[in-house]
Amino acid sequence: MKFPVSLMVLGAVLFGAAAGIGAYTFIYAKGYSYLTDDPSACANCHVMNEQYDGWVKSAHKGAAVCNDCHTPAGFIPKYLTKMENGFRHSFAFTSGEFPEPIRITPRDREIADEACRKCHADITEAIDASHRPGMELSCLGCHARVGHL
Amino acid sequence: MNAPNSAGQHPRRGGKRLLLLIVVSAVIAVGGLAMLVNIFERKQEARNPFYRVVDLTDTTEDPATWGKNFPLQYDGYMRTVDQKRTRFGGSEAVQRPPTLADPRSIVAQSKLEEDPRLKTMWAGYAFARDFREERGHAYMLDDQTYTERQIAAKQPGTCLHCHASVYVPYKKLGDGDLIKGVEMMNTMTFADARKMVGHPVACIDCHDPGTMQLRVTRPGFLEGIRALKASQGVPDYDPNTMATRQEMRAYVCGQCHVEYYFKGPEKRLVYPWGKGLTVDSILAYYEEQGQTDWTHALSGAPALKAQHPEFEMWSQGIHARSGVSCADCHMPYERVGALKISDHHVQSPILNINRACQTCHRWPEEELKARVETIQQRTFRLRNLAMDALIDLIGDLQAAKAADSTSPRLKEARTFQRKAQFYLDFVEAENSGGFHAPQESSRILGEAIDFCRKGQSVLRTAGFARR
Repeated sequence: MKFPVSLMVLGAVLFGAAAGIGAYTFIYAKGYSYLTDDPSACANCHVMNEQYDGWVKSAHKGAAVCNDCHTPAGFIPKYLTKMENGFRHSFAFTSGEFPEPIRITPRDREIADEACRKCHADITEAIDASHRPGMELSCLGCHARVGHL
Repeated sequence: MNAPNSAGQHPRRGGKRLLLLIVVSAVIAVGGLAMLVNIFERKQEARNPFYRVVDLTDTTEDPATWGKNFPLQYDGYMRTVDQKRTRFGGSEAVQRPPTLADPRSIVAQSKLEEDPRLKTMWAGYAFARDFREERGHAYMLDDQTYTERQIAAKQPGTCLHCHASVYVPYKKLGDGDLIKGVEMMNTMTFADARKMVGHPVACIDCHDPGTMQLRVTRPGFLEGIRALKASQGVPDYDPNTMATRQEMRAYVCGQCHVEYYFKGPEKRLVYPWGKGLTVDSILAYYEEQGQTDWTHALSGAPALKAQHPEFEMWSQGIHARSGVSCADCHMPYERVGALKISDHHVQSPILNINRACQTCHRWPEEELKARVETIQQRTFRLRNLAMDALIDLIGDLQAAKAADSTSPRLKEARTFQRKAQFYLDFVEAENSGGFHAPQESSRILGEAIDFCRKGQSVLRTAGFARR
């Protein structure tokens, strides 16, 4: 395939413009911050302000950031979860279609529940061991407010 | 654009593909830019814009002026005109033909017609003539101005303490001295004092115009809470300098949603908290003061009327104990854009379960509503039993009075009626149907029934026959 030079220049200009606008949007929206563990990134869009404020005042502030509890262990599961959450959150926030007060999804709740066991294994193993399959306890069932209100 | 290409494709087909490509790129470009603009808008909204378009001073009375700076809060405040029923409370818009004396074309339903036993309980008092379900804040001034209680008994200017925005008028009247102002207005007639006020409760009654901080402006509360704290060993208490922000979120409401009486010929408004906030300590205070609101027309008992002790009842409940203030449920936070504001449409939390309850209680709306109504239903049934018991006692007293009006035992039985109906009224007049403190409400009603039983027993042992 061979295109006339003028068409190739036009294509290059358009592609460059699109890439420029895309990059600008990405930087303007602090897209790079979502690749970090910085909790303030989660409050980039103001809808998470209350959760962020709650965490700042919580017992876990010195011990865990958002990603410690809201993403699973392991690089790939962590970034897959970030991707899925990131898409869902931005879609909801852009379209405005979400319930208030905002609620965690069942899958994300499981992740958070598992996350307790990452650090508190000493205690949770003893508890989990005594509960038969199908009768496991949820940490968050009682400790729903340890991270933030 | 339609130039033939060297791959030998048909020029027109290539043209179509190129056109499609243009359309697709245009759609992507629109999407990308729309997203950029959306992000821009969200960022703008997160900057919490506040535009001061007018200067607010300590004499700015008109809420519409404040509303220019705070349109969202003002919008909610204006919506207190809504009339919405809940199962056990809330007001229903009832039409009535306006008259010259009372130009209201819509009022709330009459509680006296809903339960005629109230007329017996309040016989001889102005409340037996006219008592309607309370409406929203917007109506407080009109409903007090035009109630038939004004005809039944001359009402003093003191009433306006809680039926109008009085901070600026008090200051004006007292030449800058709030307490002097209230003392002067208390001694006026209602009609004269009514001319000095212009608005129902307004922004300035709860907010400092400079900082928007909550503040207490009602002298009744300032004096009442000082007496209460003194009884707890805290001298010279001043809520405006000593209360926490969370306490203030209940105190500003406690400025009016309380039990009170008019003391002495100067009609000084007093919140009877010198011994504590429970019904028992309030009655003990009244006994000490020798206060009687009126003499019961049927039985001759020295009776007391309780009036909307919401602040007192709330203080005995689990929510108060957990640090939950009035505003947390009645003016819950709401998100408007990126702004987090208090909903100034003060109303029953049952009409706003999502924001009022679910922030703390993670249960479905229907479940939470059912919990509240279970409490209210149980309280209502107990209240009906207590009401029946009181009517029986009043009937027996009436019969005893007719048989022998000089019997010394009558006085004793009347004392039990006084106690019984004050306790009953303390729950009846309280606007939560028991919800603010369920067990305390039940206890009070139980004691009311017990007082009735004891009163009847006194008459029985004195030889009076059952009516």
